[in-house]
Amino acid sequence: MTTAGPVTSTAVQAELDQPAEPGRNRARQRTSWLLTIFVLICVGYFLLPLFWLVVASTKSNADLFSTFGLWFANLNLFENIRAVLTFQDGVFINWAINSGIYAIVSAVGASFLCTAAGYGFAKYQFPGKTALFAITLGAIMIPSAALTVPTYLLFARAGLTDTYFAIILPSLATPFGVFLMRVYAADAVDDALIEAARVDGVGELRIFFTVALRLLLPGSVTVLLFSLVATWNNYFLPLIMLNSSEKFPLTVGLALWQSTASAGSGSQALFSIVITGSLLAIIPLVVAFLFLQRYWQSGLATGGVKA
Amino acid sequence: MSTLVDATARRTTPLPRRSRLTAAKRRQYGAAYALVLPFFLIFLAMVIVPLVFAGYLSLYRKRLIGGISFAGAENYIKALTDSLFLSGVGRMAIFLVIQVPFMIAFALFFALALDSGMMKLARFSRLSIFVPYAVPGVVATLMWGYLYGPDFGPFAQIGKALGSGPPPFLTATGMLFSIMNIVNWSFIGYNMIILYAALRSLPSELYEAARVDGASEVRIAWSIKIPAVRPALLLTVIFSVIGTFQLFTEPKLMATLAPNVIGTAWSPNLYAYNVAFVNQDANYAAALAFLLGIVIMIVSYIVQLSTQRKEGR
Repeated sequence: MTTAGPVTSTAVQAELDQPAEPGRNRARQRTSWLLTIFVLICVGYFLLPLFWLVVASTKSNADLFSTFGLWFANLNLFENIRAVLTFQDGVFINWAINSGIYAIVSAVGASFLCTAAGYGFAKYQFPGKTALFAITLGAIMIPSAALTVPTYLLFARAGLTDTYFAIILPSLATPFGVFLMRVYAADAVDDALIEAARVDGVGELRIFFTVALRLLLPGSVTVLLFSLVATWNNYFLPLIMLNSSEKFPLTVGLALWQSTASAGSGSQALFSIVITGSLLAIIPLVVAFLFLQRYWQSGLATGGVKA
Repeated sequence: MSTLVDATARRTTPLPRRSRLTAAKRRQYGAAYALVLPFFLIFLAMVIVPLVFAGYLSLYRKRLIGGISFAGAENYIKALTDSLFLSGVGRMAIFLVIQVPFMIAFALFFALALDSGMMKLARFSRLSIFVPYAVPGVVATLMWGYLYGPDFGPFAQIGKALGSGPPPFLTATGMLFSIMNIVNWSFIGYNMIILYAALRSLPSELYEAARVDGASEVRIAWSIKIPAVRPALLLTVIFSVIGTFQLFTEPKLMATLAPNVIGTAWSPNLYAYNVAFVNQDANYAAALAFLLGIVIMIVSYIVQLSTQRKEGR
């Protein structure tokens, strides 16, 4: 039931561009001010914590306590940023790089694995196909956090804890991505195109790499974004897998600073460091979101409609 | 490679067609496995093996005297009578019953509002509601924790200015709702996008006739659009159920603000974590993780069954 009928790359592109345009015949509807005002009040709720974060990041630690939380006081933002980046020998930068490595390697890897598997399921008949796909579907229901403790116990036995692999390897297994890519590949790659390439004597894997991959790209980007966000935002897995603070991602590091700040030990300036650090930590993903958000929609339309 | 196959096919004249077909088929099987197996190897190593290993661990016990010995179902019996674990599961059940319907209802409402074409600033609204999903749970909890907080939280400041005390965000009863609010804030937008994407892919002919007949937008939404996006709706409910039972980050971080309220077993996942890392009891933690997984699967199965029955009408 997706809108994708013909499957040239322009059709895929058109489908992607669609959300950005005003609706097909929805523009004709009369504006409801009541609805608009109600939704905008709700939007205020969603933006409130972020607004607070921006405001609080511009304040010195003393002003945090002495001025009203939802409005600006003396501008101390740049001092705060410098404090975040230099605190504990600049470990924040280290954490940011770790978060980037974990998120990018996991996301690219997971996206590639899911794309290949999803295409394989969509376009080939092979012995064991039904069973393997049933296992994949069943695994979507396995709660990842209930899996985290078992994975830790296994990695501890194998001596893999406190390594980069301990974060990246578990993040590569995303059954939902395979499901999404199978549904996406079924429509996005025309069987006639594959058949034509076969007649031309192109090998099966070369068809995948040179013909199919380009058509699958929008779906792959959706899976990539999913796992990018999931890994960048993950806290439970790195918390239990890692011991050395130089391997921490931002989430674990910030939580550590926060508990130190709340415990009252450490320097007084720690609150503003935690708050400004939080702001810096969310900027990359928020920016990536705003630029790539059309991919969310197109990819999710595939998964949601056919699920 | 393919020319080589062609040559052999031509030489063996009796059954040229069949041997070519099987060769092609074999090539396709090979390619299919080459595409599918990398994922399955990772999947096997990162999902199946840990589960099997945890299942094995959960059947043993470790004593200071006597070392490791087979315990059978002992850990499971212990968990099923462990009031800390059961109260955590019960708390998540209450959480689920209140928070998930609230979240899905709002997500659906926003999706329908954006899809109706009756809104100004629709694009801005959509992005604003969705953007919290990009914020890590750790940062979301930090922000809301400070907002709730009695030190420099604006709500406490307003309360102080009005002469009343700070609002009861961090008390035993308030905490459940405070954490529900954090989860809602983070995930309403995510669910909204799934539902909005499903709504956008409905062909407009589906409700154009109703509109011509003078049906109101509310009526169209209720009678045509919502039934048409039921699969997407089911998907969001199932994901929410799975997510709720796994709650960890929010209570773990709130515990630094209100340690007495959260304790060690506020959510089953937090409890499993504390058993594994504070009590150092890997065997019992494995059993808890297993049970939690089973509880989640049962609940999501019930959700699926109940919606299927509705569809059968």
